[in-house]
Amino acid sequence: MTSTTQQPVAEGLFTWPPGDSAPLRLIGSECVACGLVSFPAASDCVRCASTESKQRLLADRGTLWTYTTQDFRPPSPPYDGPEAFEPYSVGYVELPGELLVEARLTEPDPDKLRIGQEMRLTLVPYTVRDDGTEVMTFAFAPAEEPAQSEEFAMSEEETS
Amino acid sequence: MTEAVIIGVGLHPFGRFPGKPALDMGADAVRLALADAGVNWPQIQGGYIGSYEVANPDAVVGRLGLTGIPLRGVFNGCATAGTAVALAARAIETGEHDLTIAIGLDKHPRGAFAADPSVAGIPSWYGQTGLFLTTHFFGMKINRYMHDHGISHETLARVASKNFRNAAGNEKAWRRTPLTPEEILASPVLNYPLRQFMYCGPDEGAAALVLCRADQAHKYTGKPVRVRSTALRSRRLGAFEVQSPSFPVGEVVESPTVDAAKAAYELAGIGPEDVDVAQLQDTDAGSEIIHMAENGLCKDGEQERLIAEGATEIGGRLPVNTDGGLLGNGEPIGASGLRQIHEIVLQLRGTAGTRQIPGTPRVGYTHLYGAPGASAVTILST
Repeated sequence: MTSTTQQPVAEGLFTWPPGDSAPLRLIGSECVACGLVSFPAASDCVRCASTESKQRLLADRGTLWTYTTQDFRPPSPPYDGPEAFEPYSVGYVELPGELLVEARLTEPDPDKLRIGQEMRLTLVPYTVRDDGTEVMTFAFAPAEEPAQSEEFAMSEEETS
Repeated sequence: MTEAVIIGVGLHPFGRFPGKPALDMGADAVRLALADAGVNWPQIQGGYIGSYEVANPDAVVGRLGLTGIPLRGVFNGCATAGTAVALAARAIETGEHDLTIAIGLDKHPRGAFAADPSVAGIPSWYGQTGLFLTTHFFGMKINRYMHDHGISHETLARVASKNFRNAAGNEKAWRRTPLTPEEILASPVLNYPLRQFMYCGPDEGAAALVLCRADQAHKYTGKPVRVRSTALRSRRLGAFEVQSPSFPVGEVVESPTVDAAKAAYELAGIGPEDVDVAQLQDTDAGSEIIHMAENGLCKDGEQERLIAEGATEIGGRLPVNTDGGLLGNGEPIGASGLRQIHEIVLQLRGTAGTRQIPGTPRVGYTHLYGAPGASAVTILST
């Protein structure tokens, strides 16, 4: 157990709190009429204009499609990260058969990132409130080890 | 259908002008355009005006004359001026007016565009966590493009260096200090692979165009510039676009620039091979490279060789951003695209001075792109 308090940056963005019964996943949606997958979850479909959708937990692994870095502190508002700025990187990760999602990446050094590399979903405390609460957002980390077949099987079952 | 031609252009310098309101810059640009056309303000029958910072840009009539004309406000982000000139031309083509004006003016503070993501219909967390930055998109798009098409960091630097060099020869440009590719590559990375001197900045300025019916142009000028076509397109599902928390997998969908370019070429009956000089949206050095291909002016990947050979220089085979582009002029959103057309008109008239491209250019091309994924193309000819 951790002594620090954590909270998600927004409700309905990812499973919270992640644990054994509900592993970490991004919460997307799927159009009931045409099957288009959206993130964040959307009630309206931008492909067929249907207004019916259902929740869909997205795959937690994918490949890095592109990336860049943020080497200066973004303007506040809307950014509410720490005053002491640490460069970070962002990218689009392709979740096969679902969508490409934009996210922070845990590796800030562009020389250590590579288009096409395997990535896995994680959470990062992107800022800490005055009372010590860590505010968590989703991010992707390089997946050092090949995913085990068992995990893949589970992910397909849950997202189909 | 009657054709619209441009008979007058006016440009207030781009840069920073402390104490000078945007409306005053707009009025100055209009007066320059009227003088260039040999027209008085009361002769103007209608027009279109665009601005990001000024809520009522049509208030410019208070500085020009209260003649009662319809002066309609327009806005499409960075593509705003494309809409202004398109509608000013359309009013002539449809016979609504004989003499119209297109105006753009803006005065952005430093670090402009730090808006809340809600303005783009995106949830707050996207801004809070540091994802709502359009510069991320430009960094990520060119990073992928370099990977796919073999574009080097040196080529990015050469594009920026060219545009600052062209701006140095333009007394109305903002950033007029030439920089070598080496100096540009030594500037700090802002969004990998893009560096400080590879980005344009928001600034201030204004521009105006006077248009009339082609069959009346002889009354005003011996060198009218024909508006051959205008096209505006928004993003389609599946295109990789600015300010997108996600986008669908599957076949690559072309950007709105490709769609707007195709539509404009077809309407004009002019092909990319006919273009003698082009003004392309160079929000950053990578954008100019990508937009060369997206506008049909070369194939993907050819830019590496073309730029090394100097093809896009003022004396090259396909001069691009001869007045310094956005890198050299900055981007007052409402005025930026009219600044592009101003330069094309000077080039087609043969009056661009030290920036004049050699030969007898006949066809000029302008292109805008910006959030939330909108592109405008205007094709002009003698």
